[in-house]
Amino acid sequence: MLSLENITKTTQEWLLTKFSPQMALTIECVIVILLCITLFAVLGLVLVLLERKVAARIQIRLGPNRVGPGGIFQTAADTLKLIMKEGLTPDSADKFLFNLAPFVVMMVAMLLLAPIAFAKNFQIWDINIGVLYISSVSSLSVIGILMAGWASNNKYSLLGAMRSGAQIVSYELSAGFAVLTIVVLTGSLRISDIVASQQNGWWLFKGHIPVIIAFILYIIAVTAETNRAPFDLAEAESELTAGFHTEYSGMKFALFFLAEYINIFIVCAIGATLFLGGWMPLHVGSWVGFNHFMDYIPSSVWFMGKTFFLIFLIMWFRWTFPRLRVDQLLNLEWKYLLPISLFNLLLVTVVAIMGWYF
Amino acid sequence: MYNQTDIIKDTTDLGPDGELVVNMGPQHPATHGVLHLVVTLNGETIKKIEPHLGYIHRSIEKMCESLTYRQFIYVTSRMDYLSSHINNTACALLVEKGMQIEVPERAKVVRTILNELTRIASHELWIGAMAMDLGAFTPFFYAFREREMITDIMEDTCGARLTMNYIVPGGLMYDIHPDFQTKVKAFIKQFKEKVTEYEDLVTGNVIFQSRTKGVGVLTAKDAISYGCTGPVARASGVSCDIRKIAPYDAYDRVQFDEIIETAGDSFARYIVRVKEMNQSIRIIEQLIDNIPEGDFVGKTKNVLKLNKGEFYQRVETARGELGVYIVSEGATTPYRIKFRSPGFSNLSVLDHIAKGSKIGDLMATMGTLDLVIPDIDR
Repeated sequence: MLSLENITKTTQEWLLTKFSPQMALTIECVIVILLCITLFAVLGLVLVLLERKVAARIQIRLGPNRVGPGGIFQTAADTLKLIMKEGLTPDSADKFLFNLAPFVVMMVAMLLLAPIAFAKNFQIWDINIGVLYISSVSSLSVIGILMAGWASNNKYSLLGAMRSGAQIVSYELSAGFAVLTIVVLTGSLRISDIVASQQNGWWLFKGHIPVIIAFILYIIAVTAETNRAPFDLAEAESELTAGFHTEYSGMKFALFFLAEYINIFIVCAIGATLFLGGWMPLHVGSWVGFNHFMDYIPSSVWFMGKTFFLIFLIMWFRWTFPRLRVDQLLNLEWKYLLPISLFNLLLVTVVAIMGWYF
Repeated sequence: MYNQTDIIKDTTDLGPDGELVVNMGPQHPATHGVLHLVVTLNGETIKKIEPHLGYIHRSIEKMCESLTYRQFIYVTSRMDYLSSHINNTACALLVEKGMQIEVPERAKVVRTILNELTRIASHELWIGAMAMDLGAFTPFFYAFREREMITDIMEDTCGARLTMNYIVPGGLMYDIHPDFQTKVKAFIKQFKEKVTEYEDLVTGNVIFQSRTKGVGVLTAKDAISYGCTGPVARASGVSCDIRKIAPYDAYDRVQFDEIIETAGDSFARYIVRVKEMNQSIRIIEQLIDNIPEGDFVGKTKNVLKLNKGEFYQRVETARGELGVYIVSEGATTPYRIKFRSPGFSNLSVLDHIAKGSKIGDLMATMGTLDLVIPDIDR
């Protein structure tokens, strides 16, 4: 069967026969970078359209349906418009930081792609501290947002950035603890080990109640971390017009917009990897026929299916809930989520030591 | 002279005590129109709100003074554009009272039905807009689904969907559309089925409740002293429904409850409006099968002239008490006309009840005051 694993292997072998190992590595790097950028663009287009379609279904309307069949070229057209727009820089803005901020946010999103296992043996960088790398790099995105809010020299932007700073720093903790539960169960920080440990069942099913709690905490925390409704205080449009990106226009705004969607994809991909078995197919105990049939579905399809299911969940939240107030948001984290996640981590440690999971 | 550097300095400097002065509006997503609020902030906490008005002042009162008693009514549709039928009714009632014009029963009943439909449409739009202020987008579309049916009925009846001109001194401009009754009944059926949908989405929502309960509390005493009327005052426990106190048109022969809540917070204001929609449905149900046959307009003179003197008429719009005050010199046009608009008094209370709360609370408070800016500025 044609799988992504074979493609990478064949490419590697072919390159080694033609070039020296160093040259082959360089060419591979270039290919990976190009693939990453392409993935970014495609994901941006797909996710924006998906969001608009999901929103439309929830809101009893049709959504984009004019550009191309079913409106599939709508985002492409929108992007074209944004590229052609003038990128204004306010007169009183800190021009260097103002122009740098979207790239910082974008770069963080790009760095996070590295350790994600898209399919069986299809991963850019299987670093041995994978989960730690993800947690530490994802907390960098707040710097870009603070930079944007401060450099814009706009009061709405400043308020939005400060809100965002408080929010991301707080919710990072819950997300971190939720991720740690899986690390405790697996005993490894490496993404490939975590996926491999779910060969005979996903952690969500194997890990009893503590993992289910951790999963719920993770979903809440990453929704807040990606600044999505009901935690979209940083860009609460009815309060702060557009929050930290009020002053941005054209492609610089598009970069923020794109980074938001890429971040959603990444956190959902990590969630799928940790809790839903990554690219592992669904196996049920001793149902050999069923398990065999599930193995026929390519691993990349499993991975994307799980990720997009989580993305759909997060979109569903956005179009259902009103926004929280800033003090309620911080109360929720520090008074409820953080104690629960600490206790949950303790619980999962006991479960792991006693071997009470399947 | 106000040069570029001054402007930059003005927008970047902090206030005297280090507070942040933010101009919300005249272009701001939550002010729903060209309301300009100068908000003084200490971090996220509001220290002072100063509304600046006049961005959509069209001197409607002055315009009315140069129009005849038949003509001036259409201008009032542009004041509170969400309750244009009710504004028109107020003016028509005043002229009828001043000239002792007999209004046929048919016209009275149809006016009442249209007024209540307008009230429902206005409250539906309000639910959507307020939910949007709080960050929930979906209720807006659900509410608009039913509101669309009302606007369709309005379109059938008088050709306009928003700024109606149907109610004239003495009755109605034309008879109702043949489909009027069937369409209104279809609307009632649909409304009763679907109203629970967006109520479920909003009323029971934990986040919505925590955003609105105890937010922007207005006491009954303050409501009276600031001159608040309508759902805003009724949510604070003040009985002020003009339809009950001074019934006009067919309100004296229908059964309905005046909704009064005592909490005075944003959630109470929300509940009052939702329950009011159900009462409006109750009124329409009582009248829709009993529209009397007969003339739709009473006998009037060709040229209307009000006697010398002062005239006042008040009605209950979707936002509160609308008063029309006319001083007549006996000519074909009013000598002086003054509208007492509910929105203006309701806005004046904003600084009092939102002071000390967070920016997010300001949106909940302002949303539940149900401000329509053209009604405030006129």
